[in-house]
Amino acid sequence: MRRFRRSSRRARTLMVLLTLMCSAGALYAASSPGAAQRGPSADPASSPATRSLIARGRSLFADGCSSCHGVDARGIRNLGPSLYGAGAAAADFYLSTGRMPLSNPRDEPTRSRPAYERADIDALVAYVGSLGRGPAVPRVSPHQGRVDAGMRAFTLNCAGCHQVGAAGGIVTGGVAPRLDDSDVTPTQIGEAIRVGPFLMPAFNERHITEQDVNDIARYLALTQQPDDRGGWGIGHIGPIPEGMVAWLLAGSALLLVARLIGERNEA
Amino acid sequence: MTLLRRRRPARSEEEAAAEAVRFLDERLGVSPLLKATMRYIFPDHWTFLFGEIALYSFIVLVATGVYLTLFFEPSTAETTYAGSYAPLQGAAVSEAYNSTLRIVFDVPAGLLVRQAHHWAALIFMVAIVAHLMRVFFTGAFRKPRDANWLIGVTLAMLGLLEGFAGYSLADDLLSGMGLAIAYGVALSIPLVGGQLAVLVWDGNFPGGPDFISRLFITHVLIVPVVIAVLITLHLAIIMRQKHSQFPGPGRTERNVIGTPLWPAYTFRALGMMLATAAVLFLLGGLIQINPIWQYGPYQPDLGTNGAQPDWYMGWLIGALRLMPGFDVTIGDATIAGNPFFGGVLFPTVVFSVLYAWPAVERRLTRDHARHDLLDRPRDAPWRTALGAGFFTWIFVIFVAGAADRLLVDLGFPYEGQVWFFRILALVGPFLVFVFTLRICRELKASEARPLRRWEGTVVRREPDGRYVEVEASGNGAGREQQREGEPSGGHAGDG
Amino acid sequence: MKSRSPRGELLVAGALVASGLCAAAFVLLYAFESDNTQLLGLSLGLSLGFVTLAAVVTGKKVVDQSEAVEERPKLVDEELGREVAGEMVGGAEGVSRRGLLAGAAGVAGVGLGAAAIVPLASLGTGDVSETLKASPWRAGVRLVDENGTPISVDQLEVGSWLTAFAEGSDRRALGSSVAVVQIEEEEVRVRRAWAPRGIMAYSKICTHAGCAIALFRYPTYEPTSKPPALVCPCHYSTFDVRNGAEVEFGPAGRPLPQLPLRVDAQGYLVAAGALSGNIGPSWWGVRKS
Repeated sequence: MRRFRRSSRRARTLMVLLTLMCSAGALYAASSPGAAQRGPSADPASSPATRSLIARGRSLFADGCSSCHGVDARGIRNLGPSLYGAGAAAADFYLSTGRMPLSNPRDEPTRSRPAYERADIDALVAYVGSLGRGPAVPRVSPHQGRVDAGMRAFTLNCAGCHQVGAAGGIVTGGVAPRLDDSDVTPTQIGEAIRVGPFLMPAFNERHITEQDVNDIARYLALTQQPDDRGGWGIGHIGPIPEGMVAWLLAGSALLLVARLIGERNEA
Repeated sequence: MTLLRRRRPARSEEEAAAEAVRFLDERLGVSPLLKATMRYIFPDHWTFLFGEIALYSFIVLVATGVYLTLFFEPSTAETTYAGSYAPLQGAAVSEAYNSTLRIVFDVPAGLLVRQAHHWAALIFMVAIVAHLMRVFFTGAFRKPRDANWLIGVTLAMLGLLEGFAGYSLADDLLSGMGLAIAYGVALSIPLVGGQLAVLVWDGNFPGGPDFISRLFITHVLIVPVVIAVLITLHLAIIMRQKHSQFPGPGRTERNVIGTPLWPAYTFRALGMMLATAAVLFLLGGLIQINPIWQYGPYQPDLGTNGAQPDWYMGWLIGALRLMPGFDVTIGDATIAGNPFFGGVLFPTVVFSVLYAWPAVERRLTRDHARHDLLDRPRDAPWRTALGAGFFTWIFVIFVAGAADRLLVDLGFPYEGQVWFFRILALVGPFLVFVFTLRICRELKASEARPLRRWEGTVVRREPDGRYVEVEASGNGAGREQQREGEPSGGHAGDG
Repeated sequence: MKSRSPRGELLVAGALVASGLCAAAFVLLYAFESDNTQLLGLSLGLSLGFVTLAAVVTGKKVVDQSEAVEERPKLVDEELGREVAGEMVGGAEGVSRRGLLAGAAGVAGVGLGAAAIVPLASLGTGDVSETLKASPWRAGVRLVDENGTPISVDQLEVGSWLTAFAEGSDRRALGSSVAVVQIEEEEVRVRRAWAPRGIMAYSKICTHAGCAIALFRYPTYEPTSKPPALVCPCHYSTFDVRNGAEVEFGPAGRPLPQLPLRVDAQGYLVAAGALSGNIGPSWWGVRKS
């Protein structure tokens, strides 16, 4: 089941890449920054509206999350961590990318269709954000970022796992997802940097500043439609697809010519 | 010639040709040579063209490479990028990387030539490997072609070195990581490793100012000249010995049957050359290769996930990855670093086996005779099975160097993969050996031709409109079978 | 003269004209649209493709297709070979002290060979261990970022990492870069004195093959994933940062050298000593630990 979902995601990524080739411009317009910004979760319990949102979040949590994180959100040993201090950023990241809830707590959380509606996610985010003092949902403005600074920061801090063109990669014990996908929103990028989901390290504002996050988000927007002046980008993962093209595509084309040339016509 | 026949009578054509030949003869006396060359026979078989594809790729490599040297600057002097590619604005880059970016962005047709050059390098090695395996599995390396086999294996090795040097020149992130590994491999060699690495790199990694000019001259002069000389020798030896051929009617150890160089084969060979160039330039224009601007410049403290070498180095990456983690030490002192096994010992073993094989086979089979008729793979089951096992061993290790990302995406953890490939690299070759041996023996016994003849019936429409079923093993296929299935023992009598 | 293949001839002529047109298109594109690699490649490739077609059709249809037979040269002529060998030996007739001459020639050969090869030593000589061990780290050197700004402890938190360089050193120098990580203080199992607040620095150059250790994995929840480690992206050597970067997995043969750290009065990270081992890949004689 899980495998199936992943492989269909790969196929979709490939489709996106192909579409990019044909209509990079159109996609650029569609994916450019300007996605709705949600403010940081306000002071917990400051207004009745917030209080009712948190209450709704608590009941959603009891239904969908408490089996691993505990009814009090303080975690269950060897199943799920306490969410005190996890912050709204973590909740929004895991829920909006569909990484939570996990059917098996030992699985690596991977991106999938979110299990909750946006309104429910907001309620859950408000609830988790009210537990201790964790990072709020960051405001990320890629249009205020510089693409050159972003590429440098990304190469130094992120490329070891996510690959320099954001095509994703692996680490012993897990997978670093692709980030060159329009599904990845600037807000999620900012959240991941601050939260450090799964095996990823976290980066605070003193190290990766708000401006750095904007720069990185700006660079990642570019990786969705990189400058492929050389032609078809074949997935942007370097020499492996190049070798496949050499053997399979060029190889079979030349083999065909060789068969034509190398065999006599039966006169 | 026929195209011109309405314009000019044939007589004057011959006179013009005679005049040209006389012009040359009076100075060089070329007629005997021309005559022999034009009558040189090429036996027809499509697998004989792999080596030609390598040759033509090399020609494209030289032509495109010369163009690139006109713009490339082999220097690690640091400069600030100020070209048109926004993500690299203001980046500290080397002149080498900077000038490569200029070729990509500013030199007209520069990117096309650069990409065609890189594709040509990949295809060069594809063709060499295909050619090497064809020669191996048909026994074409046997006496008198054993000397040429040694040259061929040397060419394969030089092709690796040449490709790696070229890949390393651009000083982008991937090429720098590749060089770091090469440095680690050089250091790991017992006794002389440190000395050797410092000698080559003009200091410790990433190297002194002289390193890149050494790399450059190696890539554009030393290795290509050696390759060109060896190719010439390779071809001269073939011309002297004449092509080997598969057994067939009238074909003996003493003759060659096929298409003469003039006129038919000239055009066919020209076709193969042009087809190779066409494929390389089509790829160069349409499919992006090694987009160094997307990788950014290298610094020793930078690394990217999924860094890979060109495909022909993949078997070495695989070997480096599969080695269990230990350095060879005596007490606390290192004798050999871990990369020695994957980066030095493994290729040494592979190339030694290839070099030694003709002599080894002569000794094992006690067959010291001259062979100009080729074996079909099944005709020598032991050789075919051993070769299949050997190449499987290399192939499994090659795949281990590249399958990581794919298999992790399929939910197969990397640590498990390493064990899987370690076991497969040890067990796989034996299984393939046993399996191949059996297949060869069965094929030899049955004389079945699974690749040529398909089982079943042909439905043919007769002139009167009726449809009749014809056994496939009848007519055409049967004739072919008779022609090529002639027992090879029959030729020994001729030869 | 009867044409062997009238249709073939027409096809060849057509293909050659098409090739010429494509090549002309390439020239025009080069002059006016040289930025467009795809059109350039397509026009040149098609032009070559059409000539290919012309050559193949000519070779297979238009010109004479008859097979020919050629005798193979006899490579061995026993008599002639013997004669050549005889002449070789005969050339030395009347020379008596062959052993002496051969020996003297050997001396000349070895001498000249040495004279030809020795200048290669200009590439670099002497004891290389100083070169290979060069490191800018010693007690008191501050850790700075890629712009030369000193690194303060509050840039890190538990589960974060950054890349630092030795202040005043060349970023490209192999020994300069270190990976700085912070983990829970009680998780640090060895050399606690080197790790103020659980902050540790390890050489960023892999001890396997010299790549940059560009991955730091830190588990959000350790019971369901893996412990913190530095990982090399080339061959996935995995170094356990809790245990002085001992190799947990992968081909590396020794731990990453560790840099002892202290925090100075302004809260900046400073080296408290030299790196604990040799930087980068192992070589002959280098100490394992």
